[in-house]
Amino acid sequence: MDLRFTPEENTFRAEVRAFMRERLPPAIRAKVVEGRHLVKEDLVTWQRILNARGWAVPHWPQQWGGTGWGPVELYLFRDEMQQAQAPEPLPFGTSMVGPVIIAFGNDAQKKRFLPRIANLDDWWCQGFSEPGAGSDLASLKTSAKRADGHYIVNGQKTWTTLAQYADWIFCLVRTDPAAKKQEAISFLLIDMKTPGITVRPIQTIDGGHEVNEVFFDDVKVPAENLIGQENKGWDYAKFLLGNERSGIARVGISKARIRRLKELAALEQSGGKPLIADERFRAKIAAVEVELKALEMTQLRVVAAAAAERGGNGNRPDPASSILKIKGSEIQQAITELLLEVVGPYALPDQIPHDQSERWNEPPIGPDWAGPLAPGYFNARKISIYGGSNEIQKNIIAKAILGL
Amino acid sequence: MDFALTDEQRLLQHSVERLLADHYAFEARRRYMHEPRGWSLGLWKFYAELGILGLPFVEQYGGAGGGPVETMIVMEEIGRALVLEPYLATVILGGGLIRLGGSEKMRVAVLPKVAAGELSLAFAHTERQARYNLADVAASARRDGSGYRLDGIKSLVIHGDSAEKFIVSARLAGERNDRDGLGLFLVDADAQGVSVRGYPTVDGLRAAEVTLASVRVDDGAVIGEPGATFPLIERIADEAMAALCAEAVGAMAAMHAITVDYMKTRKQFGVAIGSFQVLQHRAAEMLIALEQARSMAMLATMMAASDDAGERRAAISAAKVQIGRSGRSLGQAAIQIHGGIGMTMEAKIGHYFKRVTMIDTQFGDADHHLGLLAASGAPIAA
Repeated sequence: MDLRFTPEENTFRAEVRAFMRERLPPAIRAKVVEGRHLVKEDLVTWQRILNARGWAVPHWPQQWGGTGWGPVELYLFRDEMQQAQAPEPLPFGTSMVGPVIIAFGNDAQKKRFLPRIANLDDWWCQGFSEPGAGSDLASLKTSAKRADGHYIVNGQKTWTTLAQYADWIFCLVRTDPAAKKQEAISFLLIDMKTPGITVRPIQTIDGGHEVNEVFFDDVKVPAENLIGQENKGWDYAKFLLGNERSGIARVGISKARIRRLKELAALEQSGGKPLIADERFRAKIAAVEVELKALEMTQLRVVAAAAAERGGNGNRPDPASSILKIKGSEIQQAITELLLEVVGPYALPDQIPHDQSERWNEPPIGPDWAGPLAPGYFNARKISIYGGSNEIQKNIIAKAILGL
Repeated sequence: MDFALTDEQRLLQHSVERLLADHYAFEARRRYMHEPRGWSLGLWKFYAELGILGLPFVEQYGGAGGGPVETMIVMEEIGRALVLEPYLATVILGGGLIRLGGSEKMRVAVLPKVAAGELSLAFAHTERQARYNLADVAASARRDGSGYRLDGIKSLVIHGDSAEKFIVSARLAGERNDRDGLGLFLVDADAQGVSVRGYPTVDGLRAAEVTLASVRVDDGAVIGEPGATFPLIERIADEAMAALCAEAVGAMAAMHAITVDYMKTRKQFGVAIGSFQVLQHRAAEMLIALEQARSMAMLATMMAASDDAGERRAAISAAKVQIGRSGRSLGQAAIQIHGGIGMTMEAKIGHYFKRVTMIDTQFGDADHHLGLLAASGAPIAA
């Protein structure tokens, strides 16, 4: 047992850190630090900076633009990128549909879609959840009927993150009404410009517009957009959801948020002294830091175990990732609670733009950093809900690890 | 970065596990508890034969030259089997103080006997008023010719009633809470002026109150530099905490396994209670608490021998916080899931629960260490 990274790994970390320092645009970084909304252009800009360096899709096979890094390098890269407060690369292309196309798509699909995903030429969104199919995803109802080399898609998807910007959507659709729940599902790629698709925004409790409803009304999709085999989509979805959880601990992001928390607590006065000097508040921060340190060690154990497996790239679905998701989400949420407490009474004024096209040009009420913190707390409640709710993760642990 | 054990370490783990599996059935443990010392002298000899009583000592003192990882392995098995013998008191604390601070003559005289299972030790340090402050020592040491005279009352001396020698801390100079001015002395348990009142602890182990009334020791009994031993005391407390964290992880792992097993066999409403989602979720939460604790016990192990005292103490404190909190939530869930049977002396689960609860109270509980971390303001997860 040894906690130290090798000299090569430390050199690699330094290289990533230097890149982040030099190439991450300060204006984008400032938005991440302050918790303000990123616009489409910010994400595209950052993804293309990464792609120019060859780091857009490091976890993919080298043939398709991957770096060939092992689990330790991937971990170090993500940790440095998160601690640098870079935007998280949009997962829908690079971490969701991309790996599915690589694993189950045909050559034509790979050539057509993968390079455009890496460069964020195509903005992808995820069409899994439906109004009646949340945690019970396999009960989805959106149908695709085959006719003359096409599928005709009808139904509704929901919680579709950033669909307002999307060029493409990957969907789970029901292709055989006679078959059992999981066996009747196929994985279909749909161009968002196809007639019959309607996107309707859902405003969330933080006032933001991240998620949408997407309606399909006799949408004609070429049969060549089917991934793999018809009625095997559930297997591909399980593969995708396993990938989705592998980066979910977000230790680097939480470290950066704790640093921000301490900075703000030093600015805010309470009883004539900075809040950071308050013993009770310090103990609360320390308690979260201990949890985070334990999570970091747990994540390193998972990374080291993956590295020890010959040829493993650390992206294989592992029930331990459920532990990382649960603790990671709890810690991220706990930090947003503390940020809410730092801002205190100035959490009250509603002073961030609710539409991303608007700009807030009024003078701030209270500290100029106050605006995004209460919405940030409200918004963070989603972390224990998406990607398989924490309760679903506990079901997975009970079944897959404990054999209950 | 590597969390795997070497082949030799796995062999050690396997040997200790087998020895304890063969000799630490629940009924056997109850018998050992009623032996005169409150633990098994017969098993102590087996430990010596296995080489674990000299594990952290170098070969010239009859040891195996093991480091913190080897100690972690043994302590985890000790936790898993709910071992009663004075491994922490003798090998980690007593042996550790002599290993780090004893004269060459003392090491030669004491450590081989410890390794051979012929001598047990105890660290007589804590006092009634000290709570968790390691520097709060009122016992005094006064120069007396070519030696010292020791006076004071030491409390909660773990395994103090069966120890043949004590390592006693006493103040040579300064005020009660001063970090400077402390000395450490090796004292025979049957020396004139030493009186020992032994008693059982709630977790089935033994401890003692030790009174020193003008106890004479000569210069050869000195450990470390008289008046400047506090860093040594801190260092050994950190090593002991790392060891206790590993013991707690072993006990928690056993509690979790026993509880999950019980959920698969215990039937109510015609089905195994493990089929109930509300209990499945508690078992999943227990696993998370266990894995977070295991991660921090590993961190404590890897930092235990660090010479950077600040970094070492922050890591150990963080581990102690995590182990205390995990132990409490996991232990309470284990009893709850067992229901009434978990409340009985006849079920092993409650004995694990008690041991893990008491580990939290040794060398500072979770709240104490959280306070230290909060006060230091150093980033823990930097």
